[in-house]
Amino acid sequence: MSDIAHPVAAVRVHATGPRSARLLPYVLSLPALLVCIGILVPFGTAAWYSLQRYNLAMPFTRGFIGLDTYLDFLSDPDFWNTVQVSAIYTAATVILELLLGLGIALLLRQSTRLNNAISVALLMPLMTAPAIAALMWKLMTNPGFGVLSWLVARGLGVSDFKWASDPRTSMLTVVLVDIWVYTPFMMILLLAGLRSLPTQPFEAARLDGVPGRFVFFRITLPMLMPYIVTATLFRLLDSIQQFDIVYAMTQGGPGDSLMVFQVRAYLEFFQYTNVGRSAALMMILWAITYALSNVFVKQWLKLRERAHGAH
Amino acid sequence: MAHTDAHSSRLGRLLRGIALTAVVVFFLFPIVWIVMMSFQTNEQILRIPPRLVFEPTLINYKALISGKLVTAAGSLDLPFMRNLGNSVLLSAVSVLVSLVLGVPAAYAFARFRFRLGENIAFTLLSFRFAPPLLVLLPLSLYFQDLGLANTYTGLIWVYQLICLPLILWIVRGYFEDASPDVEHAYRVDGHSWWRAFTRIAIPLAGPGIAAAGLLAFIFAWNNFVFALILASADKQPVTVGALAFVTASGIQYGQIAAAIVLSILPTLALALYAQRWLVEGLSLGAVKG
Repeated sequence: MSDIAHPVAAVRVHATGPRSARLLPYVLSLPALLVCIGILVPFGTAAWYSLQRYNLAMPFTRGFIGLDTYLDFLSDPDFWNTVQVSAIYTAATVILELLLGLGIALLLRQSTRLNNAISVALLMPLMTAPAIAALMWKLMTNPGFGVLSWLVARGLGVSDFKWASDPRTSMLTVVLVDIWVYTPFMMILLLAGLRSLPTQPFEAARLDGVPGRFVFFRITLPMLMPYIVTATLFRLLDSIQQFDIVYAMTQGGPGDSLMVFQVRAYLEFFQYTNVGRSAALMMILWAITYALSNVFVKQWLKLRERAHGAH
Repeated sequence: MAHTDAHSSRLGRLLRGIALTAVVVFFLFPIVWIVMMSFQTNEQILRIPPRLVFEPTLINYKALISGKLVTAAGSLDLPFMRNLGNSVLLSAVSVLVSLVLGVPAAYAFARFRFRLGENIAFTLLSFRFAPPLLVLLPLSLYFQDLGLANTYTGLIWVYQLICLPLILWIVRGYFEDASPDVEHAYRVDGHSWWRAFTRIAIPLAGPGIAAAGLLAFIFAWNNFVFALILASADKQPVTVGALAFVTASGIQYGQIAAAIVLSILPTLALALYAQRWLVEGLSLGAVKG
């Protein structure tokens, strides 16, 4: 069945019966509707807060100030630092995870018993809570007994490598944790994509003696592209909002070196009780993710229709 | 490339073996190392260089399970088991509520084309990718007013934001895949809508419902930021509890490692059990595993 509209048309009879039957889908989706409202109300509230001067510590100064908070951001070095840190974090994690994930998927492409066992084993980091993963790496990079600190000191001869507690290497450390957790995500999506590709083009290329590099760039990569785009957008949307790993590792420090959007907004809210600024930061991040997610949903729907149509 | 000339040449196979070994070591070593640490005393942990062979001890797990660590300096309370219990309760109840609410809705979205349904489905999908703090920060203020702050009810309610979209989109795909003809024939025989739904549709989508439930459980279990903002110590799950534990008992490394192992064990076990469905679940049904 290639068209998902078919089953709908076939049962349509149900929806045109007596009045109670016509109401049925609405009744069934009521709880989901309530959850939607549960999301949209706080969302509207956040948008409204972002237009106010609103600090919990100074309730009497609260008032409508329009877009002032947003305009203030333009000349605020802290804000631009957050933009820069988030951009570096997102670019580094997504690009490295895509390359690594694609490489590993290619290595595991053939469905042998060993390859399948490895691909299942690699799921373990992905199933570890990111906040817990950050704690694990914190222990491993502990200057006193951490096995990674010891390896760097012994193997590379660098004795004062301080991982997340040094602003020069903190980004490297959290990116490494992100790679550890999320590369398997890229890997399993791309592996599923690779294994679902039709075999004929590859057979034909093999019979014609087409060199491997040519097969990869002219056949594999183009055919895999929808999967690559979907997996990359998935990661992009998650990575730009990273909170757990950064917060559990350093709470945005040392200094401002890891102040990604959500950590900054969290601290604005709970440390400086500045609800207005925190809400404005979240609205800006939301606008970015909303634009990205529109592209994503189109791509995802295409792939989903293909996956479900195949049956 | 796996099945070109490089694969058959000896050098190619060697390089491939080295690359795979490096991959396996990088992704599995942290877990192995933490598990080893959890069976060591603090003195053993602090030994330089680290050793691979050691005499295992269960004192870390004993301390966590009994909730008390007795040292020369005195006795220390470890509320970690409470966190573990909170994780089980929050994740399990949230998933159950999500299934009860989400499966009928997923059925409605799959079987009836109505405008509101599409709007709800896409609102939930687009907020799956919205920053969680955008919703959580205003909610934390509302929760104070509503008396829901730091209650299991309030937490389970917001956990629906994690579980419900996942269950809706995955289960909807399974209902769409199942042909409606059987249901239709059953209805023509004079059975009610409800009987067709429970006797035909749900069993057909059974594996999908189970998979979506397991995944929702894993996502709920691994969540950190919801409880960080909305729960205080006695309601916190392991993700938040483990972090608080590190801050509170900074140098009890063995217990921290054991707490980490107990926190990740349930999701790892479930993932191994549900691996068949993970690809579909993680991509919300866009990629079939």
